[in-house]
Amino acid sequence: MDTNNVNEPMKMQFDIAHDDFIRAGEASSKIKKMLLQLGFSGRVIRKVAIATYEVEMNIVIHSWGGTLDVEIDPGSITIIARDRGPGIPNIDEAMQEGFSTAPEKIREMGFGAGMGLPNMKSCADEFFIDSVVNKGTTIKMIINS
Amino acid sequence: MKPYFHSVTLDKEKCLGCTNCIKRCPTEAIRVRDGKARIMDERCIDCGECIRICPQHAKLAITDSFERIKEYRYPVAIPAPTLYGQFPSHVSIDKIMNGLLQLGFARVWEVARGAEIISQVTRLFLEKNDIPKPILSSACPAVVRLIRVRYPELVDNILPLDSPMEAAAYLVKKEMKKEGYPISDVGVFFISPCAAKVTSVKTPLGKEDSNVDGVISIADIYGPLLSAIKKLEEVPTLQKASGSGISWAVSGGEAHLVDKEHYLAVDGIANVARVLEDIVMGKLKNIEFIEGLACVGGCVGGPLTVENPFMAKARIDARAQKYPGSLPELSPDIEWEDFIWTKRVKPTSILKLDEDMNLAIQKMESIDIIHKSLPGLDCGACGAPRCRVLAEDIVQGQADQIDCIFKLREKITELAEDMVELSSKLPPSFSEREKK
Repeated sequence: MDTNNVNEPMKMQFDIAHDDFIRAGEASSKIKKMLLQLGFSGRVIRKVAIATYEVEMNIVIHSWGGTLDVEIDPGSITIIARDRGPGIPNIDEAMQEGFSTAPEKIREMGFGAGMGLPNMKSCADEFFIDSVVNKGTTIKMIINS
Repeated sequence: MKPYFHSVTLDKEKCLGCTNCIKRCPTEAIRVRDGKARIMDERCIDCGECIRICPQHAKLAITDSFERIKEYRYPVAIPAPTLYGQFPSHVSIDKIMNGLLQLGFARVWEVARGAEIISQVTRLFLEKNDIPKPILSSACPAVVRLIRVRYPELVDNILPLDSPMEAAAYLVKKEMKKEGYPISDVGVFFISPCAAKVTSVKTPLGKEDSNVDGVISIADIYGPLLSAIKKLEEVPTLQKASGSGISWAVSGGEAHLVDKEHYLAVDGIANVARVLEDIVMGKLKNIEFIEGLACVGGCVGGPLTVENPFMAKARIDARAQKYPGSLPELSPDIEWEDFIWTKRVKPTSILKLDEDMNLAIQKMESIDIIHKSLPGLDCGACGAPRCRVLAEDIVQGQADQIDCIFKLREKITELAEDMVELSSKLPPSFSEREKK
């Protein structure tokens, strides 16, 4: 890394617990408020808010728990979500709108419509997903300001 | 003109410097300094929460005095439908309107009628314009201001149409002009349950100027109006509004605009904030229209009302039911385009830590560090509503670490320990024997 760069990106990490629907969305809400105070535009804030909320919900619903790392730089916001969990056997299939493996009880709560991953992808300028079955999934999203 | 006008102000004499208001403010616009609450003008949205919570009644809403109607040859009263909920059902709307005439108004024109027209205008507007969903009602001026301050990402979702009050003022002036009244002699006074309406008349957001000339509080006019109603001998029919307009006084009044399933009526400023938060995160899906009203129950819960809001709501519901009727068609001489805002509502950047984003990031990091060192009790004794806000104020040079009583105590303990340590030290010229 360029050591002359005095402006290191701002970093923060949030723990996301499996099945914790009460706190779900809290990390996204905190990130959103910070971006507003940092002076990002409404358009960027909204994209980040949707992307972080969807990824946070994915961890709550599908994984055994994970973390959300956010790096904020005036030019872009990087979101990395890592979870331990069942992983995604077929990523192409999972990226399709409407595809969902959410159990019935989750659908009854109004989640699991199969829009999470497609929504994240449409908000992100760069989107990477990597998953290992029975280990977990990592999603990296970059949103340019 | 001052850059900011606010209806909500502080009576310094009455303020004890307690921390009730700072904790309730939805935009964290109040601090206690020098033992008195101080409202930050650029953040205040005039929602009136502090007026309601203040145990000393030190928060006031500045409204126009009733005397001001004498400035005009033809003063016109435009009563908010909320006024009807302040009286029991045996006091008919006609009586209330005739009572207003008795008080000296030349004409009474119901804001409920303005509401009916705005409902029609909204339909026409939505047929021809595409605005991002969910559409956010602009009926409540405090909510519009909340969006500007805290949810800049949602300003384009605001329905850019006049409020029923503005519509009523515009239409009564148009009507009287047509009848030959010199318009400079006509003064339109809104009879208001709401402090934010005063602000929106003095400094409108979507238009250059308001058609309203003054705002009189329901609380101020209630007593004289009650006596005037008691003295009425004849009660000619004046009421023209039906239930659909009258029900705008309560939460859910705009419900007929869209399918019920895709419509949310949210009341209470904290609840509105929570819903907007969820909207930004994409949490609430398939919602088309949100009617957010700052006061609990809707306008009947306004800070300038006299009746219990739940009682007033029951009365409004009963009156609305008594006068059913579909929305009147717009009369041919009304151009619906006249009610579209001419000025774009811009988001504010008041919460921004610094104009330079790199500096803002540095400040945010300092805030995090300071915040972690604070006790986290959010006690408010420092004059800021939460520890986090104190940390922000410290970084912005508006407060000091030792404004926190726990920090101050730590500092005193350190000092005391230093003093004890110092007191045990002796100059080298003292012998061991002398030490004892």
